[in-house]
Amino acid sequence: MKKTKPIALAAAGLLLTSVLAACGGGDDDTSTGGGGGGGSTAQNDALTKVVNASDKKGGTLRIALSDDFDSLDPGDTYAALQWNFSRLYARALVTFKPVPGTGNLELVPDLATDLGKPSDDGLSWTYTLRPGLKYDDGTPITSKDVKYAVERSNYSKQLQTGPKYFKQYLADPDKYKGPYDDKADFKSIETPDDSTVVFKLSKKFAEFDYLASMPQTAPVPKAKDKGLDYKKAVVSSGPYKIDAYAVGKSLSMSRNPSWDQASDPIRTALPDKIEVQLGQDANDIDNRLLSGGLDLDLAGVGVQVPAQGKILGNTDQKKLSDVSTGGTLSYLALNQTVAPLDNIHCRKAVAYATDKLAAQTAFGGPVTGGQIATTIVPSTVSGYVKADAYPSGPDNHGDVAKAKEELAACGKPNGFDIVMSARSDRPKEMQMQAGLQQGFARVGIKVTFKNAPFSDYITTLHASPDYIHKNKIGIIFTKWGADWPSGFGFLSQIVDSRAIKPSGNSNYQETKNPEVDKLLDQAAETPDKAAREKLYAQIDQTVMAEAGIVPLVYSSQLLYRPASLTNVYVSPAYSGMYDYVHLGVK
Amino acid sequence: MGVPRDPRGAHRSARPPPLFSFIIRRLLGAVGLLLIVSLVTFAIFFLLPRLAGASPDDLATKYVGKAPTAEAVAATKERLGLDDPFPIQYARYVKGIVVGQDYSNGPEVNHCPPPCLGYSFVNNEPVLPTLMDRAPVTLSLAVGAAVLWLIGGVSIGVLSALKRGTVLDRAAMAIALAGVSLPIYFTGLLSLAIFSYWLKIIPSTQYVNFKDDPLEWANHLSLAWITLAFLYAALYARLTRAGMLETLNEDYIRTARAKGLPERTVVVRHALRASLTPILTIFGLDLGLLLGGAVLTESTYSYAGLGTLSISSIEKGDLPMVMGVVLLATVFIVVASLIVDLLYAVVDPRVRLS
Amino acid sequence: MGMGDKMPREELAGRVGSDEAHTAEPTSFLEVRDLRIHFPTDDGLVKSVDGLNFKLDRGRTLGIVGESGSGKSVTSLGILGLHNRRNSKVSGEIWLDGNEIVGSSPDQVRRLRGKNMAMIFQDPLSSMHPFYSVGSQIIEAYRIHNDVSKSVARKHAIDMLGRVGIPTPDKRVDDYPHQFSGGMRQRAMIAMALSCDPELLIADEPTTALDVTVQAQILDLLRDLQQEFNSAIIMITHDLGVVAELADDVLVMYGGNAVEYASVEDVFHGPLHPYTWGLLGSMPRMDRERTERLLPIKGSPPSLINLPSGCAFHPRCAFAELNGGKSETEVPLLRELAPGHKAACHLPLERRREIWDEEIRPKL
Repeated sequence: MKKTKPIALAAAGLLLTSVLAACGGGDDDTSTGGGGGGGSTAQNDALTKVVNASDKKGGTLRIALSDDFDSLDPGDTYAALQWNFSRLYARALVTFKPVPGTGNLELVPDLATDLGKPSDDGLSWTYTLRPGLKYDDGTPITSKDVKYAVERSNYSKQLQTGPKYFKQYLADPDKYKGPYDDKADFKSIETPDDSTVVFKLSKKFAEFDYLASMPQTAPVPKAKDKGLDYKKAVVSSGPYKIDAYAVGKSLSMSRNPSWDQASDPIRTALPDKIEVQLGQDANDIDNRLLSGGLDLDLAGVGVQVPAQGKILGNTDQKKLSDVSTGGTLSYLALNQTVAPLDNIHCRKAVAYATDKLAAQTAFGGPVTGGQIATTIVPSTVSGYVKADAYPSGPDNHGDVAKAKEELAACGKPNGFDIVMSARSDRPKEMQMQAGLQQGFARVGIKVTFKNAPFSDYITTLHASPDYIHKNKIGIIFTKWGADWPSGFGFLSQIVDSRAIKPSGNSNYQETKNPEVDKLLDQAAETPDKAAREKLYAQIDQTVMAEAGIVPLVYSSQLLYRPASLTNVYVSPAYSGMYDYVHLGVK
Repeated sequence: MGVPRDPRGAHRSARPPPLFSFIIRRLLGAVGLLLIVSLVTFAIFFLLPRLAGASPDDLATKYVGKAPTAEAVAATKERLGLDDPFPIQYARYVKGIVVGQDYSNGPEVNHCPPPCLGYSFVNNEPVLPTLMDRAPVTLSLAVGAAVLWLIGGVSIGVLSALKRGTVLDRAAMAIALAGVSLPIYFTGLLSLAIFSYWLKIIPSTQYVNFKDDPLEWANHLSLAWITLAFLYAALYARLTRAGMLETLNEDYIRTARAKGLPERTVVVRHALRASLTPILTIFGLDLGLLLGGAVLTESTYSYAGLGTLSISSIEKGDLPMVMGVVLLATVFIVVASLIVDLLYAVVDPRVRLS
Repeated sequence: MGMGDKMPREELAGRVGSDEAHTAEPTSFLEVRDLRIHFPTDDGLVKSVDGLNFKLDRGRTLGIVGESGSGKSVTSLGILGLHNRRNSKVSGEIWLDGNEIVGSSPDQVRRLRGKNMAMIFQDPLSSMHPFYSVGSQIIEAYRIHNDVSKSVARKHAIDMLGRVGIPTPDKRVDDYPHQFSGGMRQRAMIAMALSCDPELLIADEPTTALDVTVQAQILDLLRDLQQEFNSAIIMITHDLGVVAELADDVLVMYGGNAVEYASVEDVFHGPLHPYTWGLLGSMPRMDRERTERLLPIKGSPPSLINLPSGCAFHPRCAFAELNGGKSETEVPLLRELAPGHKAACHLPLERRREIWDEEIRPKL
């Protein structure tokens, strides 16, 4: 983890100061103290400090998005941008600390007064709501609404878009069917009074606060719930209420009169209005950002290729851009059941022979293609420890000599034939594949391709071990991003042997290491964060040691922040997009 | 489209059947066409993947989202009725159109009155209101552009034909060639870059409702109109020019001149009118197609019209929405060709509706 | 419009005669002098008409005969001033009732068209606008030259249709051309051409598309109308039968120029050009059985870009060798060989008379 200086509160303006103070301040926070209300900025400033720090209220934040929201319903969304953005109108129990740098990965209470309090046995987590919370219609927010929100989002058959972590971790002896179809009370979430909510788990889970940070814990009043149609009638618990939402077209929000700054240490709520245009042409969004017609691209995955050229080629515009790491890893999963990759030396040979630079170049080079990866857990996820099990040479083209050694050890000194897959509707992946193929050919590993389009790839074909075995696909390219920025969130779905499923599988390499499973369980039961992070590093190294995964690049993106945008910083907690709770306009 | 031209030299013939019965027959034909189109679309989405070996689970998985757990897949399958045999699924769809459909969003049951085109698989939006919401954008775009390109294209074509071989003709035809050849996403983005970002004449291309502010409506659409019209005007200029040159060689034009008509009358009343009839046919089809969604223009200018709707629906495999757009587009084309045929009979007395 | 308001020709002639630009005063109602109509093309200059002269008086009919491409239709369009000045070169003089047409502005000629001179075209279906009713096309023609209301023009149109023998004209006036039979359509065409009482009527193959009985009716009609209106008629045809029926004088054209020009009697009873003989020989006769087969003219019409040297007809002429090759080198002039009878041929006159009497006439 990067060495960082204590936060310089004075720099960020009065209001922000009070906000951060209320969070309890940080010993691990980052701020260089530059700026002081605007002035000149440099590229990548927003990675480490608040750019254009301001406490000026008013104005309209103009946002565009090339697609629609997957859903405005905080209980039915699985999009990173929406988990970030929904916090403007839906407050979860906890959230991520609104500061730049790695301090952003820290959880802080939001709707609750404190982080969750686990019981001694670790099987129940208790949250207490702040006093005086109200919805935009003036009705009070109670703990029952939080309970209801989790019930509907995790147990109903109608809301299927979001993840089901609560269902996975909460005890459920009665096979609860959700509030729409099941009239019985769900006993695993208790509300002893209107400000207390208690979650009863079936097994220990030290990272439960991360679940509580998901928009699914944002309260939904039962009386106002319309199920699948709630997205068009969302009741606000945040600083902005939804005035109009035209599906696929636009969203307008204005101040929520019932929201009280005193009850909310997280948000500054600077703009008077927020306007989101949906379904906009991606290149047009970039043009409008560059010409000042827009303040923010909500997607947060960076500008398109044409705009990249313009920005990087213009000194003034380059200063307004940030290359942020997205928290996503592109990697090769080496399936341990497909011969000859069932032999660890053959896997190591592949790991050494991998031309990572070719992959990085295919993805767009060091700026937008990502940084060369050497670990499974990316650098912006808590639990990252620098390591490089299979150094790929000084220029990252791979280590041919080592690869040949391992081939010999494997009994295949002249190489072998193997099938590789990638997503056929992703041109960059197709280029990457060709680049890697050449790299492997240097040591006699002859690669043929068996590709499929994205949707089939991640759901049915390549996500099915049967399919992998039948087609003898030894090298599976894929990308992975965590649902929450911890080693557990990142690793649990891709290295746990118990996560191997007949379809929708994401343990592509089929790591079946009891040691790994044990470490994951141990981490889930370890309350101490630092101790957990050590365990994650250990898991990472264990999987790397058996050469199940060849990390290629940690994704990165070129973000652009127009001069009109204030209080801008990159949020590692939200895939390296800007943190949306603080933005204001000049 | 089913309108036989009267053969040359035909003798005085029986009175045409009443207009009414013609329209009724055409509309019945349209219903048949819609059934076929919907069946084919349905089959492409459901039958083909099944024939190719995909299970209902595989289909359902597409609509679950990022976490396709077995439970989520089962729930989605049940909600969308994907387990039923193909004919039953199709029958349910048709039934929805005829008698409507009930649909549970969780706590409530929504009734979708006939003609119910169902609900989006992706975001559960009812299809028909979505179409009705998107249609005005496409309608404004298409009709506005059509007026421009018809006026522009035809006048350039006429001038070009009359000044055949001159510098004017050559210049007009060169521009027309450019217009036909340049793709809309090029001219569109170029025009945006010039007028919106550089000159800042047109602030943005956000759609403004005609009812809210007709002036802003036109102002915000003007760029797209001109760009789209440029493409078509080019085509129409060439068509008009060719038609005019052909017509100007007709015997009846010589007759008109022999009568001593001024050249203006000859060109406008005699030559142009005859040249316009084939253009009318193409115009009807072009407009009908465009009303089904000006895909490229809408995405270039980020209009939430039927074109962008169909593209995003296809990308997401949102069958009910795709069906809706396809059926609406079919209706537009059928109606446009019906109107063209009716107009044809008005313009050309030799055409009889039968 | 009646005859009364026409100016006496002497007066008109006198007025135009003062114009020094012209060589001489016209003495006839229509005089064509040295008319040349050339079309520049990519292949070369097409000389469709090249030095044509003829005259026509009111109340008389001139038949112009010749094969396709002989220049007869081009001549008639030239008289009407219908050649596009951008793609044709017209020179010479055309005097119509004292007005010179070749040198006039397009608008001046336009004013004469339809009013002073009108044309009946070959194919009445393609020559009438398919989208407008017959009545409206007549009304249109009438109202350009006469400042009258629509209803007056309509009455006139019905009247004209009646006069050309269309039954129940008040009903047919609103019908479209395609609703008429071929003969009726040609009558309507004639009604349209005559709607402004033109002094000169040019009929270009007016009966070609019609069956024989209808042909005869149309010709009768033209004859009757000529008597009524005292028009001059140019009858363009390749059918000598039509000429025999209707014409007073005959102009035989070949390769863009006149080869024989005489009264109808002279042409039929003593033609002095081998080409005319050929035309007569290929004319089907209704009135009696032929003694022998038709005598078609061998070969095909000449190229108008490269006319054969000497007499343009010599490659096809059965008698060209009879004058020692003169036909191949020297262009024969159109010379008056008998009063009112001109022909352009190098054969000695006596020899021609012999051939006609002994070889040609018996076979007809």
